[in-house]
Amino acid sequence: MISKGTWVEIERIVLSSEERTNNLPEDTKKTPLVMWVKGFCLDNCKIGEEVEVETITGRIEKGIVTRVEPNYTHSFGKYISEIAYIGLQAREILFGNNK
Amino acid sequence: MNKYDELMNRKNEIMLKSVGINFEKYKKGTIAFDYEYMMRDVGYSISDIMKIQSETGVGNTPLIELKNLTQLARKVSKTGRAARIFVKDEQCNPSGSFKDRRAAVSVYDAKKKGYVGVVSATSGNYGAAVASQAAIRGLKCIIVQECYDSKKVGQPEIIEKARKCECFGAEVIQLTVGPELFYTFLKVLDNTGYFNASLYSPYGIAGVETLGYEIATQCREKLGKDPDVVVATHAGGGNLTGTARGLKKAGADSTKVIGASVDLTGLHMASDYDFNRKSFTTGHTGFGIPFMTWPDRSDVPRSAARPLRYMDRYVTVSQGQVFYMTELLAQIEGLERGPAGNTSLAAAFVIAQEMDNDQIIIVQETEYTGAGKHVMPQLSFAKDNGIKIIKGNPLDEIPGKNIILPDHPSKLAVNEKDLDVYRKSLIRNSIRGLKCNTISIIDVDYLCEETRLDKVNVIKIIEGLGVYIK
Repeated sequence: MISKGTWVEIERIVLSSEERTNNLPEDTKKTPLVMWVKGFCLDNCKIGEEVEVETITGRIEKGIVTRVEPNYTHSFGKYISEIAYIGLQAREILFGNNK
Repeated sequence: MNKYDELMNRKNEIMLKSVGINFEKYKKGTIAFDYEYMMRDVGYSISDIMKIQSETGVGNTPLIELKNLTQLARKVSKTGRAARIFVKDEQCNPSGSFKDRRAAVSVYDAKKKGYVGVVSATSGNYGAAVASQAAIRGLKCIIVQECYDSKKVGQPEIIEKARKCECFGAEVIQLTVGPELFYTFLKVLDNTGYFNASLYSPYGIAGVETLGYEIATQCREKLGKDPDVVVATHAGGGNLTGTARGLKKAGADSTKVIGASVDLTGLHMASDYDFNRKSFTTGHTGFGIPFMTWPDRSDVPRSAARPLRYMDRYVTVSQGQVFYMTELLAQIEGLERGPAGNTSLAAAFVIAQEMDNDQIIIVQETEYTGAGKHVMPQLSFAKDNGIKIIKGNPLDEIPGKNIILPDHPSKLAVNEKDLDVYRKSLIRNSIRGLKCNTISIIDVDYLCEETRLDKVNVIKIIEGLGVYIK
């Protein structure tokens, strides 16, 4: 159980597939327009259940709880071996063989 | 009528309430409007703008000479010569990009007009800029982003932007792909009564003029002359428009302004599938060409961003070249900056090689970098989405399929675009929807200003489209 006042992320459908604009590529037209927003939940709730939240600007939004105290997981990614040559090659051209 | 159409029909009413500008005032002729009058009506001189910006720590960024990159360009140049390459370090602005200049003026204007909050629809740096300025000026802020595909896979760069906005105390609404971002944005404006901190308002563009002005004055101070070329990344057109106007206001009349965009030809901007198969969320042809050929597609009835009035040349660069230059900037110049902000740098490296050793080419921006934005997470994300990363000839790159890192600095090349094609498109788009097939001489003059074509050419083009002067 997520207690009232917890910072959560909620999800809601803004436009169903049928309600979307006609001027869309096929793959997008098949899907609904979905939104996510974060706020303090105004009631006790659970992931997957609908709840009202108060956003940071004080607006009330209603949606299905998707995450509790959502964090950021974007990172510096994986090591990319393909770029290893770039600096070394340029330094060799500029400054000669430094080995 | 469904709820989408219902709200879109009220678009003009909502827009006018949220921007506080009466665009009807500037109308003239049948299709024309007085652009310079609209820009003058901002009511702030360039020194007023500088004062507004300095109040919130914006502007006066360093102009840095990239001596090693210049040397490298000379080593690979066919002539053995290349212009001196400089960069305007716009990441030094409070939220890390030149967008702070636009936001500073928009948010100032919002506060002056009595709005309690600001809204912007952007997946880019502008969101963080608006959020940062709103925090300083004590206004609430909502940023609406297009962030995820239908499987809720988010572009790491956009997620980082959301983080930044939230860190400034803004509310961020994240959406799945689609042009109905605008519908959601309109709804938020309608419900909150907040100000539309539009990228395309005269205030925003006036904010960028100081960037061009600073480039001219700094170049004169350091080097005793005006820059020969300024390269500006082009997407919605505001960056280039504002910079060029600022250069002109500083009297740098012989400086050439070149627009550069990342080439994303073949990818559909509204496609759920294509969304995560591109590594650039702005500064690319997906915005660049539509906004150049029809500026008034913006969220305001008349966009202040009118790039064809100022662009001397337009080139595109491939994604791989921009990543390559980003890595190079860090490795041989000790400057760690975000890839999107290096689009112009990639173009400048090539264009410099067409120029002489005593000439000056200035890259007009940099942006901040970090998790999600950096070369490594961007290339990791590309790989995870089936994009092949290879070394080779950048001209072979196919957006959505591969990213080709140039296997040698001599392989960097730009794609030259024919401005006349876009000028003709702009004229065609301007007269589309005409009720009768005549326009006045005022409209012809307007089209000449819009495209920098002479009367003879404009008349030839409109007559070719079945329209005549009354």
